[in-house]
Order: sequence, then C-alpha cells, then structure tokens
Amino acid sequence: MKDLINRYGTGLTVLFVGLTAFWLIVLVILPNIYLFENSFRPYLPVVDMGGPKDFYSFDNYLKFFESPIHIRVFFGTILYSSIVTVICFVIAYPVAYYLAKVASLSMVPTIFLLLFIPMWVSEVLRSFAWFIILSFNGPLNLTLLGLGVIEDKIRWMTGFRSVMIGLVYTYVLFMLFPVYNAVQSLDTNQIEASEDLGAPWWRTHWRVILPHCKPGIASGSVMVFMLSAGSILVPTLLASTNSRWFTEIIQQWMFESQDWNTGSAYAFLLLILCTVFVSAVMGLFKVKLSDIAK
Amino acid sequence: MKQARNSDWLFHTYMVIFLLYMLVPLVIMGGAAFNDQRFPSILPWKGFTLRWFGELFADTRMWTAFLNTLLVAVAVVVISVPIGTAGAILINSLGGKSRSVVYALMVAPILTPGAVIGISTLLFWNTFGVGAGLHLSVLGQVSFIASFVMLLVLARLQSFDRGLEEAALDLGASHGQVMRRILLPHLYPAIGAGAAIGFFQSIENFNVTLFTRGTYDTLTVYVFSKVRSGITPTINALALILIAFTLVCAVAYEVNRRRSVRRAAMLGRVG
Repeated sequence: MKDLINRYGTGLTVLFVGLTAFWLIVLVILPNIYLFENSFRPYLPVVDMGGPKDFYSFDNYLKFFESPIHIRVFFGTILYSSIVTVICFVIAYPVAYYLAKVASLSMVPTIFLLLFIPMWVSEVLRSFAWFIILSFNGPLNLTLLGLGVIEDKIRWMTGFRSVMIGLVYTYVLFMLFPVYNAVQSLDTNQIEASEDLGAPWWRTHWRVILPHCKPGIASGSVMVFMLSAGSILVPTLLASTNSRWFTEIIQQWMFESQDWNTGSAYAFLLLILCTVFVSAVMGLFKVKLSDIAK
Repeated sequence: MKQARNSDWLFHTYMVIFLLYMLVPLVIMGGAAFNDQRFPSILPWKGFTLRWFGELFADTRMWTAFLNTLLVAVAVVVISVPIGTAGAILINSLGGKSRSVVYALMVAPILTPGAVIGISTLLFWNTFGVGAGLHLSVLGQVSFIASFVMLLVLARLQSFDRGLEEAALDLGASHGQVMRRILLPHLYPAIGAGAAIGFFQSIENFNVTLFTRGTYDTLTVYVFSKVRSGITPTINALALILIAFTLVCAVAYEVNRRRSVRRAAMLGRVG
C-alpha cells in the first residue's frame, strides 16, 4: 500500500483501492454472502418476511437431500461433466501437441484463426447447430442414411448422449488452448533427448510431455468441468425428458416455483461442487491457483 | 529445424478432421438460413431463399434484443476495464499472504458458474429494493469480466520497468502525469485486449443474464427462447450474420497482426 502511495500519490491510490473494493466487496463477496444467508431462510410471501415464520433452518437443503431425483440429477451432472472433461482432453491433446511441436510455423496462425471462429461464436449458437444436426430429420441422419451406414433414422436426442456431444463441441477449445500453451513451453530438445535415449513415442509423452503439461491440463479440466456442470443452454436445448441437468432444477426453483430461497440453496450446492472440484484438481496436479487462472 | 516424420500425415489428417469438426456445424447452421423450409436444416434442400433474412429484419423483438445486448456490452466494458486495471495495479504492489488472498478473490468469479453469479447478484440487489433488469445483468457480468481484464493487465505489468516511473518523479512529474504518460501507455495493449474480450464475453453471456434480466431480452436470450418455442430459420439467418461478424473481426485481427510482424521484421533489418 505504501509502495502505491509513493508511486502514484494518495489520490490515485484511493481510486485504485476504491474501485477494487467496489468490485470485490459489492460485486463478489456480498452477493455470495446473501446467497448463503438466503438459502437458510424459508420462502415466504412479502408480508411474512421478518415475521415469526422467518427463521433460519436447513429446510431448503433438506428438500435436496430428501429428493432421490434431485440427488440423482446432481450426481449425474458430476458424472457426465467428468466424462465430458476426459473426452475433451483426449480430443484436444493431439491437436495441442500437433500445433505446438509438429505443425509448420507458418500454418499455426491460420489454424488458430480458424479455431477462433467457433470460439467466439456464442454458446447458444453452438448448441443450436447441434440441435439442427442431431434432430430426427436432420442432416446427420439423412447423410448416414444416404451413405448406407444406417438403415433406420437414429433418435440422437435421448439420454445424455446428445448433451455430451453438445458439451464436448462447445467446450473442447477451453481444453485445447491451455494445453497448447503448456506443450509449447516445453523445450523440444527434451523430447528429442528422450527419443535419442530410445524411449518409444508413448513413453516420451507419458514421462516427458504430459508431466510438463500438468498446469495446462489442470486449467483446461477446471474450465471444461465448471462450464459443463454450470451449463444451462446445452442441456436445455439438447436434452430429452430422461436426462436432466442440475442447472435445470435450479431454474425450476427460480422461475417456475418462484422460490428463490430454495433456488439459492441449490445454487450454493453447485458452487460447493465447483469449489471442491477446483481444490481437488489443484491437489491432484499439485498446481497453484495462479497456474489455473491465466 | 523440425524434421519430417512418418507419423506426420496422421497428425495432419487428425488436424484436418478436428478443424472440420469445429467448422462444419457452423456451416450447416449458416447454410440452413438459405433453405426454403420451415424447419431449419440444410437437408433436404428445398431451394434458395432470402425470406428468412426478411422475416428476421421485420422482427421488432430481435431489434430490441440487439440494442439491449449492445447497451449491456458497452456498459460492461466501461465499468470492468477501469476496475480490472485498478485491481491489477493494486495486486501488483501487494506481496506475501495478502496477495494470494486478494488474487484468489479476484479470479474466483471466473471459476464460479454463471448461474451462481446471476442468482447471487439478483438476491443481493433485490434485498435493497433494486429489481431485476439489464442494470443487474451489467453488474453480474462485470464481476467476472473484470477478472479477465485484471489477468491481462497483470501479465502486461510484469514487463513494466519501474525505473521509468522513478525517473519521471525525480524529474518533477506529478503522480497524475506518471500515470497518464508512463504507466497507462505501457498498459494500453492489455487494456485494449481486455476491452475486446469483455465486449465479446458480454455479448455471448447467457447464464448470468438469464437470472438477472427480469423481462428484458438480449440476443442470446432471444435466440434461446426462439429455439424453445417453435424455431424457424430466422435464427439461422441471425446466426449467419453473427458468424460473419466474428469472421470479419478475426480476419481484421490477423491482418493487423501480420502487418505488425512484418513491420517489426523490417525495423529489425534496418536497425
């Protein structure tokens, strides 16, 4: 703080601190405290607020723990988001390695330019594209029929299959870019040394490249998992009746039941899930928060 | 020097497949905008038409949503750029324990699901009688977009030479002058990138906006509600326009980048 005053004077320091305080306190900390506080209060009509019925309880959370359906949806969301994260890594890693170490330097900017297009097209349009492709009379079924690969049209949008297809497509680039940065920072000499010493290609990847990429993988995994578990668009557009996502239940409490208190309890559960996941990844990959958020 | 290997063609093929996987869905979506069929699809092809664009432009709800989106995006950039920049300068002067705590708080919004940000913003302001609406969408989006700006500016600050500031102060510059003439010009590239990313992030945002918007539409919400309630290829027409806009921005960025690379190369030759 003293350093800041010396460099920029009292006036500017107050400005910096003031702006940051507004951001962190008013926009980040207080809303989350209110979310937490509201999740313990009952949903009441306005007249009863602050009255005798307005007391703290675990009722909103009990609604979750007493509903086998909601618990199943919660764990389903975790399971399928994890699968999506793994699939994204499997798809993205060879691309990241190719871009960082194999592709000719003149090609890389052009490829990145092509990848930036889907990256900057909004999520709602990316899931809408798959909504068209996977629809019963859509291009995928017609093409496969035309090629003679399938004999009958496939109903793609059942279960979690279409949700996972949509999530992988929407978020794979969030895995690709951090992993690419990590592979790129590896000295190519290390790969060559490993090969010269007779390591087969898979051992070079397993013992040299992958360990070096840990921060990138951690960062990508956190982003993909968090975005998938918190996604509202993809599950709503691509899911069928038998595949529900946790965010859809939050939406139900908020909009259909208008019960914001239970809604905030459920939102808080989602927040806990993401916090636990981030901490778990940080522990597992032994990386710091500053490695993940870059 | 990279040497050619036998496995290279495998990689090339994989890369091409990956690019197709990324781009073909967008082509299919865009192509359906020209198909004369009520359900948006490129197959079966019923003939070329421009009527979906006509219907799109005639839709007043779309125009309102479009203007709202721009309004929110501009407001988000105007608020989050100074906040993020101030946050970066502040954290750059902190050290030790307080630095890691403040840093964690600053990046936490990026790692928080949009639904949580949206609901908490809604609840917080509602307690003080501020109802849902676009203003809350702006505040909710600022909370995490400021984090992106902060990260970009902080990265740029690492290459800043403090000696310049000290020299200016020794020569009698005021603190305001140091800020305006030395620090800010160094940070402009990062601030510009932050503003661009913030603008796009805001336009794209759905999760935060959904819970805070009240009864207002933004483009993403408009598309979402259209897809759920009987879609027509007007959405594809809108998608195509947005993709074209993205494409123009991406190409402009790339041309600009290549020009600056070339300029740097030429300067290098001269020097």
